[in-house]
Amino acid sequence: MAKTIIPIGPYHPLQEEPEFFQLVVEGEKIVDAIANIGYNHRGIEKLSELKTFDQVAFVVERICGICSTSHPLAYVRAVEDILGNDCVVPERANYIRTIIAELERIHSHLLWIGLAGHFLGYNTVYMWAWKERETVLDIFEELSGNRNNYAMMRVGGVRRDFEEKSLAGVITRLNKLIDFVQMIKKAVLDDPVLHARLKGVGVLTKQDCIDYCALGPTARASGIANDVRKDDPYAAYDKVKWNVITQIEGDVFAKAVVRILETLESINIVIECMQKMPKGPIYDNVKDIPCGEGIGHIEAPRGECFHYVRSDGTNRPVRHKVRAPTYMNLPTYKEALIGETISDATIILAAIDPCYCCTERVTVIDANNKKNKTVYSQQDLIKLSQRKTEQIRAKLGAR
Amino acid sequence: MTMIFYFIFFGFFVSVTAGLLISWIDRKVTARLQYRVGPPILQPFTDIVKLLGKELLLPKGASKITFLFSPILGIISIMIVTTLLWLVNIWPQKTFFGDLIVVLYFLVLPSLGIILGGFASRNPLASIGASREMKLVMAYELPFILAVFVPVAKSGLSIKLGEIISYQSAYGAFISNWSGVLSFIVILFCVQAKLGLVPFDMAEAETELAGGALIEYSGPSLAIFKLTKAMMLFVLPYFIVILFLGGFNFNGLAAVRSLLGFVAIIVLIIVIRNTNPRLRVDQALRFFWGPMTILAILALVLAGRGL
Repeated sequence: MAKTIIPIGPYHPLQEEPEFFQLVVEGEKIVDAIANIGYNHRGIEKLSELKTFDQVAFVVERICGICSTSHPLAYVRAVEDILGNDCVVPERANYIRTIIAELERIHSHLLWIGLAGHFLGYNTVYMWAWKERETVLDIFEELSGNRNNYAMMRVGGVRRDFEEKSLAGVITRLNKLIDFVQMIKKAVLDDPVLHARLKGVGVLTKQDCIDYCALGPTARASGIANDVRKDDPYAAYDKVKWNVITQIEGDVFAKAVVRILETLESINIVIECMQKMPKGPIYDNVKDIPCGEGIGHIEAPRGECFHYVRSDGTNRPVRHKVRAPTYMNLPTYKEALIGETISDATIILAAIDPCYCCTERVTVIDANNKKNKTVYSQQDLIKLSQRKTEQIRAKLGAR
Repeated sequence: MTMIFYFIFFGFFVSVTAGLLISWIDRKVTARLQYRVGPPILQPFTDIVKLLGKELLLPKGASKITFLFSPILGIISIMIVTTLLWLVNIWPQKTFFGDLIVVLYFLVLPSLGIILGGFASRNPLASIGASREMKLVMAYELPFILAVFVPVAKSGLSIKLGEIISYQSAYGAFISNWSGVLSFIVILFCVQAKLGLVPFDMAEAETELAGGALIEYSGPSLAIFKLTKAMMLFVLPYFIVILFLGGFNFNGLAAVRSLLGFVAIIVLIIVIRNTNPRLRVDQALRFFWGPMTILAILALVLAGRGL
């Protein structure tokens, strides 16, 4: 049968962001897939080298509009790692960090549920999920003053305290949200048509996930219980009771179930944190960042978000590396796509909850030929990296 | 001359107005179900007028005549169907032998227009949309025709629409007994597929194929496709009303009742559309050739035994 190439992107109603997938199809069956990203590169890492340590928290907040507190949180934890014992984050700040991060997970997962419905042509779910997401944004506005980009994280603590009088109202609204998520859960788990569309579609086996180092809900839906919040607890996650949600099937349905159940867990974490929150200062005043390097990793809604910061004792980082979860999850698309039909391609691509603007850190453009074409192949990049390592070694005098 | 008047008046003006109004109801009810406000009542009309004034683009390398002819094919056939349905509803004695078969034939042509247009536009997404539409037509035609045979069998093997209507006005609507109910369910799902609404909108599937078969259409040609869709939104429920509710009644309380029946069918269609995700085309085929065909055959057997 003749092979045709079906383009998805760079502009396509499926996607909120520009990226380009080429599906090689025979009839409706996908035999190969090629992904091409790099339309969203904004040079954030370079930009953050030009800012002071305090300003970078605001810059990385703008990496992504949805997980806009994950990046600052990972970054401030990286800087606190450099500081070591010089900086003790107060207990109240830890609780506030947990609450903000979990509220973000709730709104991100609700957003995904809505989008998944939209991709399946189920616009009612889309609108309903986004309407309830609005509750979370209102809570954000009440607690932090902003609906997106909350600007709550700072090195050594948080920037703003919650007003005591607003907490009771927030808990009431969250309890109402629980009812809605329970309703969605029932609607998804009991709908025979959704079962037909999602079960056994885009299966990612446990071995695939291990091979590709998949993270977050993508891995948890395949039976890998990895969650930074449990594996390396930060903020107040070790002080509240919650469970890591896993499913074993690895298909799109399992991913949806993981996200819905996680939303419920997150709501419970937020409520518990608000009830347990101690009084006290909200930040530790940090004067200078010493020479050194630090890492910060946290569980973003899509998986582990990893930041590396190196300081040379000045007021700016000399190197800031960001690795968003989609960077690890995206390469699994081939395993999940090949052998499926075009009808399922959209929901399979969306199942990892991709965030391309988070992912895109490097793009290489051949300026001489005026073509947006990858100049370096994978082999070239490995060679470049090896040469750089050799240079650093020579500089440090290591053999 | 009178035939041409009927054709223009009933076939075009009445069905376009009714169809666009119903598509407004569809949009409004959908919006209210989704906590949105929804468009004002004239929005569908404005959309069509706006599209008619837009530039007509021809894709490079497309087969021009087929590409431009296929929307016309759809709208003309729907106009003929509407004219026939109105005529036999108002004057049941004007029916002729086999007009039901004619209606069934012409109801396939809009889908054929979409298939032709999709293949003619030389776009990979459009050709996938067209091939899906083709599979869908093959899927729903079998249970659709089987279900249409039920009123035929019940009215004493008559394939005249006028006789089906007058039989029902004499002995009560077919929906009031078991075979009628079963075939009504079958025909409702087939109509959903004919209209290309969720869960059977895989030929257009905006999030998969970005419009599918209609992706290359723009301006007036797209407006004609949209008009055809809107007219079908009126004609197909009307066809169901004629087959199962004994057509529109124009006097007194009976008029209100038949109007309520018509609105109920439309609301059912809108509710199905809003409470389901899109099916895959193979699942649709299995659905229509499996449970729907069995149900239609069951209805036929029941009708044969007079139930």
